[in-house]
Amino acid sequence: MNEALTLLSFGEQGWGDTIAFGVLVTVSLAIATLPFGLVLGFLIALAKNSSEPSLKLAANIYTTIFRGLPELLTLFLVYFGVQIGIQQGLKLIGVETYVEVNSFVAGMVALSLVFSSYASEAFLSAFRGIPQGQYEGGYALGLSRYKTMTLIIFPQLIRLALPALGNLWLILLKETSLVSVIGLPDLVREAGIAARVTKEPFLFFGIACLIYLVLAMISSTGLVRIERWSKRGETAR
Amino acid sequence: MIAANPQTGRQRPPAPPRTWTNTRILGHVLMVLWAVSGASLVYYLSSNVASPFVAKYWPDFVSGFLVTLEIVGLSLLFGLLLSIPVAAARASKWKIFSRPAYAYVYFFRGTPLLAQTFLIYYGAGSFRAELEAVGLWPLFREAYFCVIFAFSLNTAAYQAEILRGSIQNVSKGQWEGAAALGLSKPVTFFKVILPQALMVALRPYGNEIILMIKGSAIASIVTIYDLMGETRRAYSRSYDFQAYIWAAVAYLMIVETLRRVWDRIEAHLTKHLVR
Repeated sequence: MNEALTLLSFGEQGWGDTIAFGVLVTVSLAIATLPFGLVLGFLIALAKNSSEPSLKLAANIYTTIFRGLPELLTLFLVYFGVQIGIQQGLKLIGVETYVEVNSFVAGMVALSLVFSSYASEAFLSAFRGIPQGQYEGGYALGLSRYKTMTLIIFPQLIRLALPALGNLWLILLKETSLVSVIGLPDLVREAGIAARVTKEPFLFFGIACLIYLVLAMISSTGLVRIERWSKRGETAR
Repeated sequence: MIAANPQTGRQRPPAPPRTWTNTRILGHVLMVLWAVSGASLVYYLSSNVASPFVAKYWPDFVSGFLVTLEIVGLSLLFGLLLSIPVAAARASKWKIFSRPAYAYVYFFRGTPLLAQTFLIYYGAGSFRAELEAVGLWPLFREAYFCVIFAFSLNTAAYQAEILRGSIQNVSKGQWEGAAALGLSKPVTFFKVILPQALMVALRPYGNEIILMIKGSAIASIVTIYDLMGETRRAYSRSYDFQAYIWAAVAYLMIVETLRRVWDRIEAHLTKHLVR
């Protein structure tokens, strides 16, 4: 037991600081992915919700692709694909170099693609929960389409979409672990390094799992708060 | 009542002309982009069908595909078997059963599959002496066994929640109605409650199968040569990016086919529920 605590302590003998750095990378990757995924997901949901069939179809193709591919494969496609794409592009203008894509950025792009396609479904079902009269009321007041969207629809949409988006956030947090495969020093990778050096794999991977659980718990409490905040208008009634 | 058009004899007023609104232009531009990329993908793949790469790695891809199917099938099966007692314990009134079941489900749903796989595959080494003592070490030494073990535990947690949720969602009136007809509890459960619950559970079960197929790519990280593993091996040997493109096409086809087939099955089985 004491031995395990020494291994986990911070400082010279322990791996505490390495693991803590891994947690930082994991959390910052998830947080950095979130805004891109949300905005892209919202735009795709708008496209799916529009009355224009071609736009709907284009959006549906996007979600079919990124919900059908394994996340790991999407990650490799982005990581190696962008690398090769840039190299080919440079070759065209006569520069022969080896380009390496930052694994954090590659992870962010891949996870945003996956997150946005799932988020678009969450937004879409929220759109369906808003009655047509809300739009008509907005137009009757003389609001433009943009103003109706931002002032009337969007605040209600967020409230309806929040539970599903909260779940997606928890999934995103777990999916960041895949980025360890392309070399980003996240929680799983740091735990793996510590496990290999100390020959205590069960301890370190167990700790990694527990940290993921703690992150999920913190997120759940945060999400409950946000949900309560989003419903603050409803209790007054 | 709208008067008929004297020239055409139609009852309805003509549809308003479809103008080129911004949304329509955007939609068409995006569709053209998809069509171009789809066409270039087809062109790229068809020009490579006879390439030495495909000739060399085609058998590997097929065997990888079979390994993926095997892993997914076995894990889902074991997960299904394990999920039944877990769901029963989770729904139990007794806390000695429901608490551990809840902890199990919470752990496996709250941590990444990758970390769970590592925990079992590498972590088993920490207990080598104990495992050797009970004769299980030869099993845990094998990556294949560890992957199936980890995946089964993972999917069992998800399946237990699906099962419990769908059974508990059947309205209480069904139990009361059956009791009023004099049916015993077991008969009520198997003949009245379970069929209705499984109807509701069809969709989440389908989603779980798809999640498992996608998640099984993780097996490639612990040296299993499934579809993803063969892809990575082919890429690392040839540095030919088409390895990943073929894999993407294969995975998309598997998932889409399964989704469509599952939708058909669901539509067929819930025919009587459509109003």
